[in-house]
Amino acid sequence: MSEQKKKLVETVKLRKYFPVRAGMFKTNHVQAVQDVSLHIFKGETLGLVGESGCGKTTFGRTLIQLYHPTSGKIIYDGKTIYDSENNIHENMLPYRRKMQMIFQDPSASLDPRMTVGEIVGEALDIHKICATKNDRQDRINELLTKVGLNSEHSNRFPHEFSGGQQQRIGIARALAVEPEFIVCDEPISALDVSIQSQVVNMLEDLQEQIGLTYLFIAHDLSVVRHISNRIGVMYLGCLVELAESYELCAHPIHPYAQTLLSAVPLTDPEKNRHRQRILLQGDIPSPLNPPSGCRFHTRCPYATERCRSEMPELKEYSPGHYAACHMLEKSS
Amino acid sequence: MSENLLEVRDLRVSFYTPAGEVKAVDGISYDLKENEVMGIVGESGSGKSVEAYSIMGLLSNPGKIIGGSVTFEGEDLLAYTDEQKRAFRGTKASMIFQNPMTCLNPVYTIGNQLEEALRCHDKSISRDEAHKRAIEMLELVGINNADRRVNQYPHEFSGGMRQRAMIAMALICHPKLLIADEPTTALDVTIQAQILELMKDLQKQTGMAIIFITHNLGVVAEICDKVSVMYAGHIMEQGPVDDIFYRPAHPYTQGLLRSMPNLEDTSHTRLIPIEGTPVDLLDPPKGCAFGPRCEHCMKVCLNNQPPMVEVGENHRSACWKQVQEMRMQQADGNRPEGGSHE
Repeated sequence: MSEQKKKLVETVKLRKYFPVRAGMFKTNHVQAVQDVSLHIFKGETLGLVGESGCGKTTFGRTLIQLYHPTSGKIIYDGKTIYDSENNIHENMLPYRRKMQMIFQDPSASLDPRMTVGEIVGEALDIHKICATKNDRQDRINELLTKVGLNSEHSNRFPHEFSGGQQQRIGIARALAVEPEFIVCDEPISALDVSIQSQVVNMLEDLQEQIGLTYLFIAHDLSVVRHISNRIGVMYLGCLVELAESYELCAHPIHPYAQTLLSAVPLTDPEKNRHRQRILLQGDIPSPLNPPSGCRFHTRCPYATERCRSEMPELKEYSPGHYAACHMLEKSS
Repeated sequence: MSENLLEVRDLRVSFYTPAGEVKAVDGISYDLKENEVMGIVGESGSGKSVEAYSIMGLLSNPGKIIGGSVTFEGEDLLAYTDEQKRAFRGTKASMIFQNPMTCLNPVYTIGNQLEEALRCHDKSISRDEAHKRAIEMLELVGINNADRRVNQYPHEFSGGMRQRAMIAMALICHPKLLIADEPTTALDVTIQAQILELMKDLQKQTGMAIIFITHNLGVVAEICDKVSVMYAGHIMEQGPVDDIFYRPAHPYTQGLLRSMPNLEDTSHTRLIPIEGTPVDLLDPPKGCAFGPRCEHCMKVCLNNQPPMVEVGENHRSACWKQVQEMRMQQADGNRPEGGSHE
């Protein structure tokens, strides 16, 4: 990736805590996203992987401000749209035309009482994109054909479609306002195996045609590696490693990224038999009460005293390859 | 090789719904020997779980077994009375499910539920001994502080530990067959890796047979000796795991393998998806279930269901293309010797 590439979206120490009431006067916080700083270049796909509860979905939603951030800074296309320190909080409506989202569960994210035409057209109405009724219908038909459906589908209801088709409707809705940036939150994990690749290919085609930028959130590493230019690995709210996708899959340097990669079952029986696996002990700690210092130290085979007390910073170890680990600091 | 532990022959299961008959399982056959791990892969709605439920006698209304036979150690399971079925479940075969939270009773302790499984089948075991066995079993499945954990409730366990507890419960009476219905689907990859390693270990120690139902081809490649690929209630292809992954014969299996991104691929190649949508089981195609989506589809595929043909050692596939190829080969073989060398 060249240096001249333009940053489209950038977050600086973005943080999202959810309050949990623990008694009348006491409130605890689920530390869902902990100071995540990253940027996404125009036209690229940034993949975000991690186990459930690591905050990847929360990060995506906070980024386009479906959740109000607790603190941090969000910059879109050079303009600060949220900054907790300087109290900047831009009106999101004009930005919603540029940032859209595709959700995980296609049937839950479509209103069952609206026809497909109404679902896709709603966005057009809110942003007053089409002047006349005919324009609007033409635009809806065009969107539906773009995602591989027919214009006659616009009078049907979501339940009449299969899961893969419903996801296509969700994508058409996101495309309706001609966005530049789409957050794809596990767009394929609810779909059947034979349908997944259809949707992945479609997302890639659309990116090529319209020049979209994606934040692709998923837990399936092989799909993320396929579609992304760069991949970020999250653990318990923190970004622990960020690198170009081939680099990350070939040479992960953070112990957690290494474990995650070695845990993915390969579709190759012979390689599986000879593979040395790094098995982690135990489960993810609760984000309500995360471990001190490096959040991975409770399960990390290399944890030292320093890891227990001090949180490591994300640092660049080779060009474009970032990781947050004390152990790497020492060796470099 | 030893005799077959489980023989399923032409099993047919239908659901009679208000919208019509759904043939969830439509004539499947396979054998399972002791010490063997068989994977059943298929998309949702392909009938893989229904098939397992019918073996265990857990099929509920409106599902009905309408044909075929299931033989376990020479005995016909479908002829069992309810009482015999109860004795069979747990001691000879047991099952673990996808979501451990819905399968564990939230108001009883883990120990209580393990002991119940044990004392249900053998009334002579004392409470103390059952408790001891429960602790042993939890230790076996890798739960730390088992003597403390045994008195805890399911909500105090994490997802991975609940699945371990489920496995402990399934194995406490030493069954010869374990049916695992998507045991790792609800788990994260790192936990999935732990559970798979555990199941492999336990399988080696006890020598039980496992039917492993999943939609994840990677998991199959990891744990199974042989694989059956199901689509719309039919077995499309079955064979040893290496044959299925390195020499897939059926277009559906080939398509599935091709459509999956490979983690170790270094170049960015476009995925080759299987076109079309899954079968509507209320209105299945007349011929081969995969016909309408198949790139090699011929006229015969749309009208007639293909037979299972041997394509290698223990490797069978149900596809008209292979039937034709085989006929051609036979025709070649029958020709006088000089003729075929032209």
